[in-house]
Order: sequence, then C-alpha cells, then structure tokens
Amino acid sequence: MSAKKLRYLLMVALLAMAVGLVACGSDDDSSDEPNAEATAEGGTIESNPENGKAPTLTIGSKNFTEQIVLGEIYAQALEAAGYKVKTDLNLGSETVALAALKKGEISGYPEYISTALTSFYDTAPEDVPGDVDGAYEMVKEDLARDGIAALPPTPFASANAVGLLTEKADELGVTKISDLEGKSQDLKLYGSPECRQRIDCLLGLQQNYGLDFKSFTPVAIDLRYEVLDKGQADLSIVFTTDAQLGAGDDKYTILEDDKGVLPAGNVVFLTTDETEQKAGPDFAETIELVQGGLTEEVMQELDARVDLDREEPADVAHDYLVAGGYIKG
Amino acid sequence: MIGVPLASFGLFGEAFQFVFEGREAETGGVTVGGTSQVLELAAKQFEVTILALAVAILLALPVGLLLGHYGRGEFLAVSAGNAGRAIPELALIALMAAAIGVGLVNLVVALAILGIPPILTNAYVGVKQVDRASVDAARGMGMTEMGIIRRVELPLAIPTIMGGVRTAAINIIATATIAPLAGILTLGDFIISRNVYGDAGVLAGAILVALMALALEGALAGLQWAMTSRGLKLNRS
Amino acid sequence: MTDVLAAVDESFFTDRSGGSCIQDNKLFCPGWVADNYDRYVEPTLQHLVLVGSAVAAGFLIAFALAILAHRHRFLSTPFLAGTGVLYTIPSISFFFLLLPVTGRGALTAIIALTAFNLQIIFRNITTGLRNVPSEVTEAATGIGMTRSQILWRVELPLAMPEIIAGLRIATVSTVALATLAVFANGGGLGTEIVTGSNITFKTGIIVAGSIAVAMAILFDGVLLLIGKLLAPWKRVAA
Repeated sequence: MSAKKLRYLLMVALLAMAVGLVACGSDDDSSDEPNAEATAEGGTIESNPENGKAPTLTIGSKNFTEQIVLGEIYAQALEAAGYKVKTDLNLGSETVALAALKKGEISGYPEYISTALTSFYDTAPEDVPGDVDGAYEMVKEDLARDGIAALPPTPFASANAVGLLTEKADELGVTKISDLEGKSQDLKLYGSPECRQRIDCLLGLQQNYGLDFKSFTPVAIDLRYEVLDKGQADLSIVFTTDAQLGAGDDKYTILEDDKGVLPAGNVVFLTTDETEQKAGPDFAETIELVQGGLTEEVMQELDARVDLDREEPADVAHDYLVAGGYIKG
Repeated sequence: MIGVPLASFGLFGEAFQFVFEGREAETGGVTVGGTSQVLELAAKQFEVTILALAVAILLALPVGLLLGHYGRGEFLAVSAGNAGRAIPELALIALMAAAIGVGLVNLVVALAILGIPPILTNAYVGVKQVDRASVDAARGMGMTEMGIIRRVELPLAIPTIMGGVRTAAINIIATATIAPLAGILTLGDFIISRNVYGDAGVLAGAILVALMALALEGALAGLQWAMTSRGLKLNRS
Repeated sequence: MTDVLAAVDESFFTDRSGGSCIQDNKLFCPGWVADNYDRYVEPTLQHLVLVGSAVAAGFLIAFALAILAHRHRFLSTPFLAGTGVLYTIPSISFFFLLLPVTGRGALTAIIALTAFNLQIIFRNITTGLRNVPSEVTEAATGIGMTRSQILWRVELPLAMPEIIAGLRIATVSTVALATLAVFANGGGLGTEIVTGSNITFKTGIIVAGSIAVAMAILFDGVLLLIGKLLAPWKRVAA
C-alpha cells in the first residue's frame, strides 16, 4: 500500500475508534428512546470470578409474595455476578428477619424503610419523612448504630392499607379510614400477627385514628384477601402494591390514609458491613443495579404473576432480570 | 454431639415455660402461650375431634352393621377402607378451606370424611366374621334381624369395630392438628405458626398434641375393654 | 431519587382486566395445569423418596421385631404396645419432637413416617406368622427342619399374603401422610399445597392431591401384583 493510502486508512480507523468511544462512553440518554429495552439503567451483570471466592451469601426475605420475589431477584442477580448464593426466604415477620440478620444466619434481606423506622426504632408515623431521600438518610443512620448497612432504596414504595370488599365499602359508605369512626366497633379486622403491636398497623389505627374494632384476628399474610372473600373479615390489612388491587374487576378497595398513619416505604437491602467487605464492591453494585427497574408498576406486575397467574417466584424473578437486560435469557 | 442433648434440654425447658407462663411472640410485643391459651386451643382440638368422631360413627356404624349382617356390599365396605387411607389429609383440609369455606361445620365434615372409612370397613368385617352358628341359633330362637344385630353380632364384633373407631380417632385428631389452615385454631397453631410462637412453641405444641392423642387412644382402649364381653376377653389372640 | 424509567418495556405488562380461569382462582384450570405441570416434578420425586425410604425402613425394622417376637412370644405385647405408641402420635407432632435431635429436613420426616408404619407392618407380619396352621409347622419339624429353616422356608412364605396386605396398607397411608413432610422442611407434594400463596390456590391443591392419590393407587397395585406373584396359591386378602 502507498503511504498516502496508509495514512488515509489510519485516519479512518482513528475516526472510527473515536466514534466508538463516544458512543460507548456516553451515558445512556434514555429519554430519547422511551421504548428502549434492556439498558435503560445500565446493563448486563458480568460474572466476576473473584466473587466466587467470597463466602457464600444467604439471601433472606420476609413471609409474603413481594418479599419472596425481591429475594429471588437479588439472589439470582448475585449469582449471575459470580457469587455463591443460597436463599432462606419466607423467614417470618420483620423482627424474625432482623434477628436472623443479626445472628448471621442470613447475609441480608430487603426491608421497607417505613417498617424499619416504625418497628425497629419506634418512630412515630408523622415523623417518618415523606421524601425518600430524607427517609433513607434517617433509617441509614439508625441502622448504622446497630451495625447494619442499608443499601440505597428501590424506586417503588409500598404501604400497609386497610382493605375491604368494594361492595362492603359502598354499603358502609366509607372512602377513607377516618370514615370508619363510629362504625369500626362492629367490624372484624384481620391482619398479620405482628400487626398487633405495630404503629403503622393496628396500634396506629387504635391510637391515632381512635378506632376500636369488634375483633382483631391474626392471620397469615398470604390469606389477607382470602379472609375478605370468605366473609371472615370485614377489614383486612393489605399492601398498596398488591396485585389483587389492580385486577380488572375492582373487587377490593383500600381506604385512604387521611391521617398519614400508614407511611409508605421504599425497600432498602439490609446487610452488615462485614458482609459487604467480604463480598467486595460487586455486592452492593449488583443489588443497586437490578433494583433500578423496580417501579411500582413493575413490582405490581411481578406480584400479579405470582399471586394471580400462579407462577413461581423464582421464575418471575428470572423473567424480570431477563426483560430488564440484567442477565441473558 | 454433646451439645445436642444439652441444647435440647434447653429447648424442652423453653417449651415447658411456653406452656405454663407464655413468652413474647417472635413477631414481638404480645405474649403468646401460657396456660389459658393452651387450654383454649386444646379444648378446641378436643371439641372438633369428638364431634367429627361422633358424626363418623353415626353415619358409618349403622351402614357397616347392616351390610355385614346381610352380607352385601363387600366391595363398597372394603374399598371404602382402602380409599379412605389414600386421602391426603393436608390436601383435603386445604381444598375445603379454599374452595368451600372455613368454619367449624366444614371442618367437622372434612374430619368426619376421614373417620368414616375405617369405621365402615371394620363394622362390616366385624359383623361378617361372627360365627354363623350363633346367628342361626338366634334366628332359630325367634329373634328379629335387628335383635340379632344388636344382641348377637354387635357384642361379638366390638373388638373389631372399636379397632376401627380407634383408627378413625387417630386420623381425626392428627388432622385436627392442621385445622388452623382452615381457620379453626387448635393446638396445631403452635406448630404451624412457627414464626409467631418460635421453636419453643412448636415443641410445646408437638408434645401437647402427642399427649392428647395418646390420652384419647388410651381412653378408647379402656372403653373397648369395658365393652368387650368377658367371654371374648378370655379368647384374646 | 431521580425520575426512573422502567428497565423493561411495555410488552412486559399483562392486561388483566378480562379475568381468566387462573386469575379468578376457579376450582380447576386445565390450561394452567398443562403449562405448569413441570413444577410438580420435583415435589413428586421428593415424595417418592420419602415414601420409599419410610416404607423400606419400616419394613426392615418391623420385620426384625416380628421375627424376634415370633421366637420369644413374651416380646409380642411390649413390641405391639411400643409400635402402637409410635402409631398413635400424630406425624406432624413427631416431626417436632425430633426437632432437638435431627432438626428440620427430609431425615426427620422419614423417621416420623417410619415410626407411623411400624405397627401396621409389625402386626401383619406377626398375624401372618401366627396364622400358619400348626399342622404344617409340625410336619416340617417332623421331616427334620430346624426352627430357622421352618421360619424362612415354610412360615414366612405362607405368611406372605398377610405381610403384603400390611405393606399395602402402610404404603397407601404413608403416601397420604407424607404430604405433611413440608412442615418439617422435608419437601414432598405438601410444598405445593401449603407454601406461600399456594394455600389459596384451588387448582394447585387439586393437582398435588391428585398426584398423591394416584401414587397411592399405583403403589397399591404394584404391591398387589407382587403379592399375587409371590403367593399364587392363596387369594390375597384385600
């Protein structure tokens, strides 16, 4: 080749490289492509062999669908990142899960900021910051004093809610919780066992709303809609992200929390400093990456796939990770 | 390995405390266990067991006796026993709760379904096995068919029939333990809701259920002994 | 937190406004079963292992006990009483009585199921041996057989129908009971009945229960056939 042609080729090559660098290096400007698949938030998880040398991670979760799906998402993502992962899902209420974390039985589990603040640190509902960043800072500080690290929050938030059959709501003529005043003493309330002493549950309804119920019956969380269907419960404690609420027929309604007693909480992954250290930087990075796609809509869809379509949480988590481009299908 | 027995002593101790004093729930806050809760759940377990057993006897015994006396329906009587054994109790209770509804009546019906087959089969077999000569003699003496059943066949069939009743009772009380899945709280709640009652509660529940089952079996065995005529007792195999 | 765009695209979401057999949790949804039957494979295999192990162990132990009691008649009553106690204690209770020793897991479930089996099998072997006509054993002694030979070559073969009957009863009962193994973290078909939201899932419960019933019928049939093969001269008792 002549020297001129060579220089020409070199320039083209350099130009191509420059274009390539610019294209790859730029932040994904996703607002240009609302329907972009995959890389809206940052891409596929790479398996890092170093992570395989870290101690086995045990991912825990509390005992209801949303928690189990979250646990599976985190577990499968960490596995894709090269960690050795076990799961110990469906542990129980927040006190059981926290105890397991403190005892070292699990490496981490997803917790709602509002639950952590009100249940672990006796924060009054009105003192729970309304903005995510404020709430995160507060819970992070509190947990740090107990040696627990809280990773950054998920996009979605969920709250407890007072749920009932829509026809019952129409019959009683209630749309907000304070409408229950004067009526609640004839109504049977069902909730999880831990609801009894939580301020963002029965305690708050009794103290802050001043409501007295005919009875409170503890029941497994998975049965929260069943007890409404079967007529055992007039009111049931449900979650705002529940799939059953979004299902077509509007069978269930939740009452508006007009006094702000049932604060919403984004999910933060709780773990220990020791675990983070031993697992290396990929641990937190992976978790933050995969939860980035969990908007309220998405979480509700995932919940629906388990509770309504009766798919298995592990499969649902896998499908989410693939659809989000975090792992290869 | 030494740790295991020592540690288990601790768990038994905690279970003991759970029954008599109660402890804080794993979910926090409330106290669970304690004698009053234990007695309440035990009474409920006893209540559903006895009700279901009574219903099962009332339905299965007459049918079994009649079939056995007239020598008819062998296939039904024997197959009932086999089929009954194959029913998965957990699926029955869960399906009943999910599809039909919760509540005492539904539970008792489901439990009775489990109790009927052994009683039916054993009543049939017990009566059929009665020595034909005795029956013919009684007939010859002018006894009515009902009289024969009541005064000849039934007393002779007591050991076999009671065997069926005891089997039914064991099935029923074991299934009554998982009644909390159907909304009726029995001692089984301590076992099933481990995340509320903790391992101490679970162990306490297990011990209490075992004791109750043994007590019921003992009572029925005693009843059988009392009801078996002296002549049969001499003939024990 | 900045405004986040979903990582997944529109096609990820399902339109649930119409309702469907499975979303409405109707009693039985064949469509769902056809698409999802593979999730029952592992629980079924676990169930088979539980039942197989428990019946095999129960048979071996009961057999040993029965032979001993046959030799030394005085052992009959205590053995019967002992296995009786194990039979009476509900399996779910037994799982947790074992908790301090074997913890949670398939082993605990198998031990409890074995304990349940013992009396049934023991009783049937003992009855079978006792029902051998004395003329036959006398004749055998007469031709010079040792006690051991009589046991293995005369009494046990003649007791076979009764033994098989006992095994059938034990196996069918164990298949049904093994659904409870889930409470001991022992796996089995119970996992598809009780875990998570399965407890409300009508179709799922029916499928799991039906598999259990089918398994029981299958085992019963196989044992019946084996019985016929081993003792063709005797009609096998139902």
